Order: sequence, then structure tokens, then C-alpha cells
Amino acid sequence: MTNSIGELEKDADCIFVIGSNTTENHPVIGMKIKQNKLYNGAKLIVADPRRTDLAEIADVYMPHLPGSDVALVNALMNVIISEGLADQTFIEEHTEGYEAMAAIVEKYTPEYVEPITGVPAESIRAAARIYAQSGNAAICYAMGLTQHRTGTDNVKSVCNLAMLTGNIGRPGTGVDPLRGQNNVQGACDMGALPVVYTAYQAVTNEAVRTKFEQAWGVSLPAENGLVLTEVINKAHHGEMKALYVFGENPMMSDPDLQHVEEALEKLDFLVVQDIFLTETAKYADVVLPGACFAEKDGTFSNTERRVQRVRKAVSTPGQARADWEIICEIATRMGYPMSYSGAEEIYEEMRALTPSYAGINYARLEKGGLQWPCPTEEHPGTPFLHKDGNFSRGKGAFTAIDYIPPGEQPDEEYPLILTTGRSLFHYHTGTMTRRASALDAHKPAAELEINPETAAAKGIKDGDMVRISTRRGGLDIKAKVSNIVAPQVVFMTFHFAETAANWLTSSEFLDPVAKIPEYKVSACKVEKI
Amino acid sequence: MITLTINGREIQTPKGSTVLDACQAAGIPIPTLCYDPDLRLAGSCRMCLVEVKGRPLFVASCVAPAENGMVVETESPAIVEARKVTLELLAARHDFNCQVCEKNGDCKFQDYCYQYGIKESRFEDGGRHVYPIDDPNPFLERDYNKCIMCTRCVRACEDITVARAINVKNRGHNAKISTAFDGDLADSPCVFCGQCVMVCPVGALTSKVSAGLGRSYEVDKVLTTCTYCGTGCTLELNVKDDKVVGVTSNRTLEGSPVNKGALCVKGRFGWDFINSPDRLTTPLIKENGEFREASWDEALDLVAKRLGDIKAQHGPDTIAMFSSARVTNEENYLAQKFTRAVLGTNNVDHCARL
Repeated sequence: MTNSIGELEKDADCIFVIGSNTTENHPVIGMKIKQNKLYNGAKLIVADPRRTDLAEIADVYMPHLPGSDVALVNALMNVIISEGLADQTFIEEHTEGYEAMAAIVEKYTPEYVEPITGVPAESIRAAARIYAQSGNAAICYAMGLTQHRTGTDNVKSVCNLAMLTGNIGRPGTGVDPLRGQNNVQGACDMGALPVVYTAYQAVTNEAVRTKFEQAWGVSLPAENGLVLTEVINKAHHGEMKALYVFGENPMMSDPDLQHVEEALEKLDFLVVQDIFLTETAKYADVVLPGACFAEKDGTFSNTERRVQRVRKAVSTPGQARADWEIICEIATRMGYPMSYSGAEEIYEEMRALTPSYAGINYARLEKGGLQWPCPTEEHPGTPFLHKDGNFSRGKGAFTAIDYIPPGEQPDEEYPLILTTGRSLFHYHTGTMTRRASALDAHKPAAELEINPETAAAKGIKDGDMVRISTRRGGLDIKAKVSNIVAPQVVFMTFHFAETAANWLTSSEFLDPVAKIPEYKVSACKVEKI
Repeated sequence: MITLTINGREIQTPKGSTVLDACQAAGIPIPTLCYDPDLRLAGSCRMCLVEVKGRPLFVASCVAPAENGMVVETESPAIVEARKVTLELLAARHDFNCQVCEKNGDCKFQDYCYQYGIKESRFEDGGRHVYPIDDPNPFLERDYNKCIMCTRCVRACEDITVARAINVKNRGHNAKISTAFDGDLADSPCVFCGQCVMVCPVGALTSKVSAGLGRSYEVDKVLTTCTYCGTGCTLELNVKDDKVVGVTSNRTLEGSPVNKGALCVKGRFGWDFINSPDRLTTPLIKENGEFREASWDEALDLVAKRLGDIKAQHGPDTIAMFSSARVTNEENYLAQKFTRAVLGTNNVDHCARL
């Protein structure tokens, strides 16, 4: 997030939520948005293919079709420019590339995008006016915006929108990705990515590499590595020989599970380190029992860049061990001795190499967490980025983006669009929540949300078992007939191994930059069984 | 600043404070039941009554603005008598079943009855209501036989969660907290966040997941960060005999800067996977398609040897590591260091995209 969670409760005069079912996936943030909307009079705009809780209370709700985000945001900008609502001073002083962007946006009138998005032109106009004229306006998004072949374009589009109206660099403004996992921000910050070390320092930068080579006393590879989806593809081709999976569950979370299964089976060696025998661990040659969050010390970094302490409360079960200890043992046995007295010593080594974390130490974290960048121990942390429109790269860059339709298109055989996501009561691949007794008792199975009109045409009643099929395969699931989805869209969660949604999704269309799969758009058909 | 006299002491308090604020800032204890600093004021329980010189009636200090020159008595005999009557009235509807109550030892009503010597109620002639304890949801127990109608649950549901699932039904002795049409929570807008459990001062609302596992005085509370979504809520793991037996909220801004105690259903009620019998407790090695238990030395040696052999035979870029968005920063740092420095490849990623 460029800004902070608390600002959504107090400082934002308008919140534009796109591709985020906030009250289910980030419930406490959803509560703050609802408080601001209902008790402080903030405006709320929601764009989502599903009529979410927030959509129900929104000033404007735009039920855009999955994958039509760029067209929708371009149309919002078209209205803002043509009605003279853009922040010319901000554009001139703090940005570049405006003309090229404006030239592309010119054709995206609300009427032009209405058939692409399914959103009435008047709703687009109303939303654009509210967003541009509300003082401090924030944008919140989640995987609904990013899990498309145009995920990067989608994010750049909402950045365009924020810059066009000068909604950046003040409390209550900004572009706020709501990140889905407890420490996904931290995993990225720590360089668990194939192209960067900690704090996004590029592995291809020689000076950076030299710094890490000196710190670690070893020569380091200079070429970018492979992203997760590429690793699976290489394994499928037999070019990847070994995989060490640590606290991940690709046999549930990755697209096209048949492809993943074949890839895992082709590996010469698979080691899985986890707290449960996950769907992925079943394919392993060796399984190593790790520790859950309650059993170890360390830090997590949340979606607003706040580093907070994780504290050991109980011992690990049986012989299970803290994960950092296991990694040290393997490294040492491979001839590279690694030994630490505890999490804090690892943290200290890390922060010496990580400029944005350099000022954050365990002692300071006792007082409630700190938000990076925090370059020195005297620095108070950074609640919001790009203060006064001063972007870290100098000027904020507009990107001219044309709409590209989703890779997977419906046809006669697969006329509907399947989109996937999460439930309030479960988390990601269900490894933990399926074993949390109350959560699983309350929500023991997935359902397929289907519009009443579509259901009636197929003779499907609420609670009927149906078969959903895509070009990858099919599965049987209970139907939930609901107006939450539009007639051409169906929705299911991906938490349940019994009906794992990713048997249906495709790994064919990836975003060219982020390599994110197109989870939110799969052409499908639904039949009563 | 405003200057007022409380129990003979001259006290200064900022303009806009209530008498209760002034008392609390000065370290003068005032009993409260319906008052909660994070919720809209109700001024209804009458426990915080104080005497103000020149006023004909006692005033509820939580809703009384502090004024210059006010002379306040907080524990005069008349106030103590009034509080006793209030407690007796509440006791007429409270099921004193403390010995088996989850909140025994952590109950404001129990504390005040003890403090003011209330052992029975003179006001039970109307008959005590006996409400069924039958909401089938798996998360929270609703025992309205213990409810003292402070309405903190109603206000938490409305002010913090904005679910507005519950409200007060009926009036007077028949008043009761209820969903619309007094149905089950699952059929209401309730999202099972348990903010109502967090604010309930008595044992009317408690966690079913923690039931019978330990009372507050038996547990250590360890402040940590939630393991679910990226919001980064802080919570307290309640630990008894080296086992997690529950989750409670830390409601201070310093301890809980993101959520100030508010949690969702997963954070508050989704912790018992920690104690699941499915947990992996020993290394496993697959032989002939079946897993067998192995010692750490055997498993670690095998992993080191196989990774080393594949690196030597096929090159480092034929190996990859998937690190985790669920483990700590320290572990992610080590995972990428291990991949780069030991395996010799940049093939490290995690499920940020998935």
C-alpha cells in the first residue's frame, strides 16, 4: 500500500474498491471502510463482478465483467479529462507521459466501454465524478485486479487514475493493494523473488551482487531466476530436476492442477517443508515438519509495510522444528555453514543489507511496529509514500494502456465465465482453516454461485449438484443460486481439496511482466447432474 | 483546561472530558459496565454514578461533561448504596453460576458484586427468565441468562464491525439481546468476528472453541501477529500448559496498532489447527511409494545429498525453491540466501501471484 490502513477509516473522503471483496478477504480493513462510509460520510465506489457486501452500501456499484478492468478505468479517466476534473497542477509538476495516456483514453467513452464492461455509461460517469471531486480519494484493490493476463496493465491503470486526480502523497489518498497473505509483503521485501535480493535490489546489478557476495562470502549467480509458474512449466518439460517447497501448496494454489501434478511427478527430487501433509507434500520424496506461527519468533510485514513481531508462544509438536533451523541444517550439510542463535540474529544480518529496513530493530518493534522505508534508527517510519507528489523515481509515469480482452474467451461450448476467490471462513489452500474446527464446521464445502436467470435456464435449483467444466476438466459441486453474480459469470472458492478450483483454471495465459495466471477468467459450462 | 474537585482533590482535565475521563486520569477508580472507550456512550448501566454538589440527582459520570468548579464525590455512602441497588437489580437477571463460567475471574459483574458485597437480590419476585442456550453456530456461545444488558455487544457490532446483526428486543425486565426475529446468528448479518465476545463484561458471550480449556487466570497471553490475511492484526495467544487454548484481543493502540483489538472470525476462532492431530511431528522419507518416519539426521543428510548431487550433475539452475508468504521475514531471508548462496541459483519465488 502507498498509504496506511488507518487512513481508510479516518482520512479518505472517497474509497474506490476494485477487485477486492474486502469484508471477506481483509475483514478488519472492510470494517474500517464501512465505518468511514456509514459514519463519516465518505463516498464508496465499488467495481467488482460480484455484488459484494461493500457493493451493497456503495454510492456507485459497477458490476464489470471479469477482465474488463482497463476499459473501465480508461473510461473513468475519459470522463475526468473530458469534464475538466483532472488535477492539472499535479500532472504538470509531478508526472510525465500524460499526453500519450490521454490520447489512448480519448476513445474510451462510457458509451464505448459499456458493451465491453457491462457497466451502464451513467454509472461510470457518476463514479468518475465522485472519485475526482471528493478531496482525498483512495484506491483499494486485490487479486480481482491482478489475476489477469493484463494484471500489470490493470495496476498501472489505477495508478494513472490516482495521478490524474492528484490523489497520491497525502493521507487518505493513494493506491493500496490489499495483500492476501500474512507475510506476502515480507516475502517480497526479503527477496524471495527470482530477480531481487532484499528491498528489491536487483540480482543483475553488479554493485548489489558484490555487496551480497561480500556479506555471504560466496559468489552469486548473475542471471535472473524463474518465477513459480515458469518453474512448474520447466519441470513439466523435464528441465527442472529438484524442487524445495517450503510452506507452499502448489497442488492447490497453482493454475491447471493436472499440469502441476504431471510436473511434480517428473521431478527427480521434491522436498516439502510444512506443518501438515499438504496436497503437495503427498508427492514429496522427503517431508520435513516445520513450525507454525505460534511456535517461533520473528517478524511479519503487513500490507501497509508495517513490520511487526511474531512471538513464540508454545513448543513445536513432536520433533517438528523452527523452519529457519531446518534451512540452516541443510545449508551446513551442503558445505555452507549457517548458524544463528535465533531469529533476531538473522534479522540483524538482513537489515544490514536492506536499506528500507535498516532503522527497524526488535527493540523498536516492542512499541507497535514500524512502516518501511525506515532507513535509520531515528527515522519514525513512513505511513504514506510519495509525500507531496515526490515519487521515488522522480516524476510519476503515466502509462498509455489499451484494453486487451482476457486470453480465455467463452464460446458456444463454454459460454460462461468462471471466476475464483476466497470465503470469509477459509484461507488460501485451506491447509490451516480446514483443520480449524469451527471454521470447517461452519463452511465445510465449496459452492458454485450462479445467477438465478442462468440457473433457471439450466433447470438448476439452489442446492442442486452441478458439474462445472472448463477446457481443462470438470468437477461436481453444489449450486448456490444467487444474484451476487451476473448471468454470464459463476464463482467458486479455491480452498477445498475435494473441489479444487484450480483443476479448472488455465496456466496458458500469463501476465507478460508479473507472470500471474488468469485465475479470474476461465470459460466454463455448468450442467445439472 | 477545566478545574474540578473530586473527593476533595483539585483535578485538572482537558475541556471536552467527561467526569469519568477526569476520574480515570486522576487514578480514581469508578466502576463501569456499559462504558467502553471505543464505543458510543450508552450511559445506561448506572454503575458509574457520582454525586455532584448542587445537582438534585446522581449523574452518570461516563456521559457527564466535566465543568469548571464541579464538586464531585465518587464513593459517598449514598453513591455506594445506589450502586448496590443497581447491582441487585442486575443480579435479578444474572445466572450466578460462577464456578463453571468461562469468565470466572475475568468478570466485571463478579468483581463489583464482590466489592460491594452483593450476595443475593431482593428483586427476583418477577421471576428470572430462563433463556435457552441453543444458537448452533460453532464459534460463540450466547448465554443470555448471564446478560446484564450493558449493550456493549450491540454497539461493538454496530460501531466496530458495522454488521448490525443484533439489537435490544423488548423493554424493562423483558429486554434481551436479539437478532432480527430472535433467530440464529447464522441467519443474521453476523460475520462471527467475536467483537461482541471481546467487549462482553460477563460470561454471556464466550468462545465455544476455547470452552473448558482454561480461564483467564490460568493462561499466559502472548502478543503476536495473526497468521491469516495481510492486514497484520495483532492478537494474544492464550497459552496453558504449553498449548494454545484461545485468542484474545489487545485493545491498546501500542499493542494493536492496526486493529486495536478488532479481529475477524479466522483470527479469533481459527487457531486450533495449531493443536491438530494432523500436524507433522517427524521427518518422512518416501520409499516404494509410501512414507516412513525418519530421524532428522537421516532426512537432512538425504536432502543435502540429493540437492548436492543434482546441482553437480545438472547444474544449479535445475533446482528451485518455493519460499512462503506465510513464514517469517527471517525465514524468507534465509530461504533466498540458501537458494542463492548454497544452491547457486536465483530460482526462488513464492505464491505472491497466486
